[in-house]
Amino acid sequence: MSLDENLHTIIALVEDRPGVLTRIASMFRRRGFNIASLAVGRSEKPGLSRMTFVVEGDEATVNQVTKQLDKLIEVIRVTDITEQEIIARELALIKVHATAASRSEVIQIVQLFRAKIVDVGAQSLVIETTGDEGKINALHDLLEPFGIIEMLRTGLVAMVRGQADGRTSDGAGLEAFSHTANGHQYGAGS
Amino acid sequence: MELSGAEIVCESLLKEGVEVIFGLPGGAVLPLYGALSKYPDLRHVLVRHEQAAAMAADGYARSTGRVGVCSATSGPGATNLVTGIASAQMDSIPIVAITGQVPRAAIGRDAFQETDVTGITLPITKHNYLVMNVSDIAPAIKEAFHIARSGRPGPVLVDIPKDVLLDERTEFVWPDSVNLPGYNPPGEAPQDQIDRAAELINQAERPVILAGHGLLISHAYKEMQQLAEKAQIPVITTLLGISSLPTDHYLNVGFPGMHGQAYSSLTIDKADLLIALGMRFDDRVTGRIKDFAPNAKVVHVDIDPSELNKNVKADAPVLGDLKPVLNQLLEKVESNVHIDWLKYVDALRAEHPLNEVPQTGELLPQYVLTQLAQATQGDSIVVTGVGQHQMWAAQYCRFREPNTLITSGGLGSMGFEVPAALGAKMGRPDKVVWSVAGDGGFQMTMCDLATAVENNIDVKFAILNNGTLGMVHQWQDLFYERDYFSTVYSGNPDFVKLAEAYGISGIRVTSQEEVAGAIQQAIETPGPVLLDFVVKRGENVYPMIPAGESIHEMMERPPA
Repeated sequence: MSLDENLHTIIALVEDRPGVLTRIASMFRRRGFNIASLAVGRSEKPGLSRMTFVVEGDEATVNQVTKQLDKLIEVIRVTDITEQEIIARELALIKVHATAASRSEVIQIVQLFRAKIVDVGAQSLVIETTGDEGKINALHDLLEPFGIIEMLRTGLVAMVRGQADGRTSDGAGLEAFSHTANGHQYGAGS
Repeated sequence: MELSGAEIVCESLLKEGVEVIFGLPGGAVLPLYGALSKYPDLRHVLVRHEQAAAMAADGYARSTGRVGVCSATSGPGATNLVTGIASAQMDSIPIVAITGQVPRAAIGRDAFQETDVTGITLPITKHNYLVMNVSDIAPAIKEAFHIARSGRPGPVLVDIPKDVLLDERTEFVWPDSVNLPGYNPPGEAPQDQIDRAAELINQAERPVILAGHGLLISHAYKEMQQLAEKAQIPVITTLLGISSLPTDHYLNVGFPGMHGQAYSSLTIDKADLLIALGMRFDDRVTGRIKDFAPNAKVVHVDIDPSELNKNVKADAPVLGDLKPVLNQLLEKVESNVHIDWLKYVDALRAEHPLNEVPQTGELLPQYVLTQLAQATQGDSIVVTGVGQHQMWAAQYCRFREPNTLITSGGLGSMGFEVPAALGAKMGRPDKVVWSVAGDGGFQMTMCDLATAVENNIDVKFAILNNGTLGMVHQWQDLFYERDYFSTVYSGNPDFVKLAEAYGISGIRVTSQEEVAGAIQQAIETPGPVLLDFVVKRGENVYPMIPAGESIHEMMERPPA
């Protein structure tokens, strides 16, 4: 899935508490690990967030990344899903220079990529697109000759494709986290 | 009954079985001290500098195996704890630090004595808390103790704003359990890992156990000894693992590495299997990794998964708590004799023995430690600082019981020896406790002699006074063309007068003949005693494997 075999996609289920992101970022900095991208948001369970990391490094390094992440008390589960069948998506907003003369050409490219134009200005268009890294890179490359004024990418979010046993990407069963919300001790194994 | 936040802290500490807290009050933490004064079962030992509070808690934890507790106020009080906390983190010591914080409304406004102590201690604690509601205090303290002592232990800091300590609207409710879904320390190891490890052990012809601090933490020293005896495997201890096997045990082959015994390092070099138990292949042990134990496969048992394959690749990684793991292994490991290998190790020991103390007529630091070893017969607790005296203590002192060598191994914090000895003595009042210091480290924390006096903590302080930062001086000697810049102390105080100023006896020793008598006198004198051993300057520690090099570059003894 990754364009570069040194890039690993890791997902982590974490407690949604103040300071968790700092703790994780601090660990990456202190141990000298490289994050290529990071995306965080709520998970399907209240009180838990799911993070997607794209991490750069060889096997041994990425192995340390997952273990050091898992060691953080508020990190519940870490999974390297690089080798699995995954769906990986990123959202990008691209503000591209477009005059009356060039606008239709830009629109053609946007349509070709099934992207959306979300804002039209006198001198520019804002394009929204979702896809894997390769698609966004390709769109970027085609738009570049027109003059990219601004670009913002969310970083990759990734999920393992549907599994027959109804498990999450983290490998936990559907009921694994049901105890956390009502304050009981967590019972599912590590 | 409704209690204040501060009273809830005290009730929680009692629930955790805390007996003693090392600390120093200040504005933000004062509500806690107001409550502590009404809880006589929580003994508070007032230190002179917060670093001593953290390090005394550390010494207490190491000597007892229980959680040590320290407290400090916000800002400078909290930052002064930092070196002690970092030291506890590096050596996996369970301490809980409770700090006052400025009131919630003042947080983030650069208030007087405000510092982001949870931010500062983030990378040097196992976990930390900023408790923003009074109802969260009891759960936070329960979790803090649980996290500090379980799994791979470590320091946990609980920061509580002053107004939360003062908040009086809550009942004390002690939670039944902790809610830590992301924290599940391992116990027994998976059977396939045990089988693989046992297979390698049973096949090995030249196995060696590397006994680390984890054995002491897990109380697994007996099991380790059983394993060693069952399969007749020589045991090499790491610096922090030294007291996990009696020094005089016939399978004990010393400690290896930068300043370890030559025969230990050579044994590792020749081994065909390393059985690493609760140790982390520190660079002071391994030297250059690619030349470390070149002929050996590796069985590595640790409770912390991130230690497995971190520095040295393991052929049989085993994730688990050493005590159950060793019992699992004992079932699978066959009796063995390894006669040729043990003979070979004995020959190494004969050919490369512990360096004898040179007879120069001068008072050498090594001589003092041999005499201390003689006097204590392995029955005292020895707490060291960091540097040359630490390495000589590790080489020459003898130990019979677990947890009797207490030293800052990972962080290497000079100044550890004074406060950690106070904590160790508080934890083990039945033991003679020696604080073995250099004159450099001693001056970093000697203000806490007052704490020893005030609380009549009966520690014997031995200063190996060579008027230098000895280990740094040694490196300058060997690697920096004898440029002894900033390592000579020309303004040291008169330590005997200093002792007297604190109202304790001080004895100056300047010749070999006086050493044994002075040590005996210190042991027989009730209460703290300070011995100022004025030793030869410029003596170096050998063997030495220079940093980043290997056994092949070992300087075994002083140049002729």
